[in-house]
Amino acid sequence: MTTTVQDQDRQERAANATIERSAAYYRLKADVEDFYYHEADLLDDRRFRDWLELLTEDVSYFMPIRRNVKFGQQAARENTKRGEGISWFDEDKWTLTKRVEQILTGVHFAEEPLSRITHMVSNVQIGGARPDIGTARELDVTSRFLVYQNRVEYETYIFVGRRNDTLRLTDAGWKIARREILLEQNILLAKNLTTFF
Amino acid sequence: MPLRNDLDQLVDVKGGFISREIFVDADIYRQELDKVFTRAWLLVGHESLVPNPGDFYTSRMGEESVILCRDKKSEIHVFLNSCRHRGMKVCRYEQGNASLFTCPYHSWTYTTDGKLQGVPLHRTLYDGVLDREANSLVSVAKLCNYKGSIWATWDKDAPDFLTYLGDAKIHLDQALDCRDGREGGSEVIGVHKWVFPANWKFAAENFLGDTYHNPSHRSVDLIGIGPSAAAGKKGRRDDELEKAEHVWISFPAGHGVHSAIQPEANEYTESFLDNPILEKYFRHCFEERKRRLGEGARLLPFVGTIFPNTSYHGRQPRGLCAWHPHSPTSTEGWRFFLVDKDAPKEAKEYLRRYYMRYSGPAGMTEQDDMENWLYATAASTGTVARRYPFNYQQSMGAYVTDHPLGGDVSKQVTEQIARGFYRRWTTYMQGGDWHELLGSPAGKRQAAE
Ligand code: FES
Ligand SMILES: [Fe+2]
Repeated sequence: MTTTVQDQDRQERAANATIERSAAYYRLKADVEDFYYHEADLLDDRRFRDWLELLTEDVSYFMPIRRNVKFGQQAARENTKRGEGISWFDEDKWTLTKRVEQILTGVHFAEEPLSRITHMVSNVQIGGARPDIGTARELDVTSRFLVYQNRVEYETYIFVGRRNDTLRLTDAGWKIARREILLEQNILLAKNLTTFF
Repeated sequence: MPLRNDLDQLVDVKGGFISREIFVDADIYRQELDKVFTRAWLLVGHESLVPNPGDFYTSRMGEESVILCRDKKSEIHVFLNSCRHRGMKVCRYEQGNASLFTCPYHSWTYTTDGKLQGVPLHRTLYDGVLDREANSLVSVAKLCNYKGSIWATWDKDAPDFLTYLGDAKIHLDQALDCRDGREGGSEVIGVHKWVFPANWKFAAENFLGDTYHNPSHRSVDLIGIGPSAAAGKKGRRDDELEKAEHVWISFPAGHGVHSAIQPEANEYTESFLDNPILEKYFRHCFEERKRRLGEGARLLPFVGTIFPNTSYHGRQPRGLCAWHPHSPTSTEGWRFFLVDKDAPKEAKEYLRRYYMRYSGPAGMTEQDDMENWLYATAASTGTVARRYPFNYQQSMGAYVTDHPLGGDVSKQVTEQIARGFYRRWTTYMQGGDWHELLGSPAGKRQAAE
């Protein structure tokens, strides 16, 4: 059943892959890039509560576990599925808020002292705009991320991957309604995932 | 290479001091792989990962890759994941279904019961020389499907798994049995795999019953992430053991558990308040379990480690962990998350979300454990640091040996379990026989001398 959700995602992205590169597209893309740079600033400046404000109340935040599968089975089996079994993250706003509250206790030792983190976002493309590119209230956006984390002294991790977002326009501007984070790792090569992606 | 005497000096169980060398030294680590991990029973996986004939799941034993496989006749096997020809990993998929394993290197093929079947150009190149039977995939010496969990050992002389478990059995059972008291019936709903820079024994010891480290989880307790957190309860789990008497038990084979015994009345403690359906379901399970097990239902699990590197969480959350050694200062953690196979959909949905926010590298509780294991390992590698052993003197002598649960039973937080674990670890490292490894009285006497 959740296969359908992912297939839908893929189909939507594929259908929109050829969205016309009009002036309206580039204007919107610039807005979205600004939004992502602002988001990265909030996270890297440790303004976690402000970051939460960028998420819709019904946000779905998902990072699957990636698996080694036979050729041809990638679509069906490579990634764990949203809404099913165990992933790295499959969360709602309540849980994300808990994560922020935990860091803010000052005794969450995995983030105390705080890590130094830089989020880089690139390859931003709008894959879908609803109702249309000129008056869009909802967007499907794909991007790449590179997250650099250094903590305490020598502990350093580099997380690289893709993000598939759905952004929604609200009175307070764009917000993230749905995020899928595809980290390019099988066995997690980090002791912890204490940062947001 | 440390001698027998060196090990006795490094592990001073009587005085309560254990050298940091055993957590960081490369020679000791190599010997562990040889003397502990080729003999002890190790957790490989769960039958629900290979439900159908031909299903396989690649796992690990110690540092090595193994294939857990259900053959065409539905029998379960565990093989070393390495071709007999030139060692190529015959299976690099995590999970799937196969009728044959075809080695990518020179295309030897193996059947699902491990037999060498196809050898390209056999007649021209190998006729009359190659003995197919003798070139099967290397199989474990013994295998046990215990209530769905799959265990194996490379030692043909190892005792059967239940003998190995000894009195730790009923504690492990609590993780493997249904919430309503029926035997077995669990399934794996997902697996975490991650690498962390710490010695594997820190993880094993953490689950042996190191309840003393609770303060390191203060952040998560302050915010509340348990199954009644949304309903306003703090803490990281429901306080099911609120009225229970806690017991910390060291078993002679090296296993250790922290369990609890409910008072005679054994009344249900409100839990899963976040969701009325779950509250009702778990209340029902509690009453059913009580009806089924009677007095036995008073025993509830918390955590435990089955020697050497398998740990369990018994209730909230619930799962089995294998701490696979990678190097003296690096470990690959695997956690198999468990639910009752026939639990209602709502329960499974809730539990998976709870497990994810609690456990592993993305888990709000265990992130803090990993921080501790890493920096405890890192700060123990120095030349001077290694001169100063770790202190294991907590609750010295505060245990009884005549408790009906068996083993050394303590009613207070204790490092007796860790002392027992390392005492047995030493026996393995000194090449003890199985009589001694199981901690039979004679073995015990010898170790104490
Ligand atoms: S290594 Fe497998 S066939 Fe040669
Ligand atoms: Fe812990």
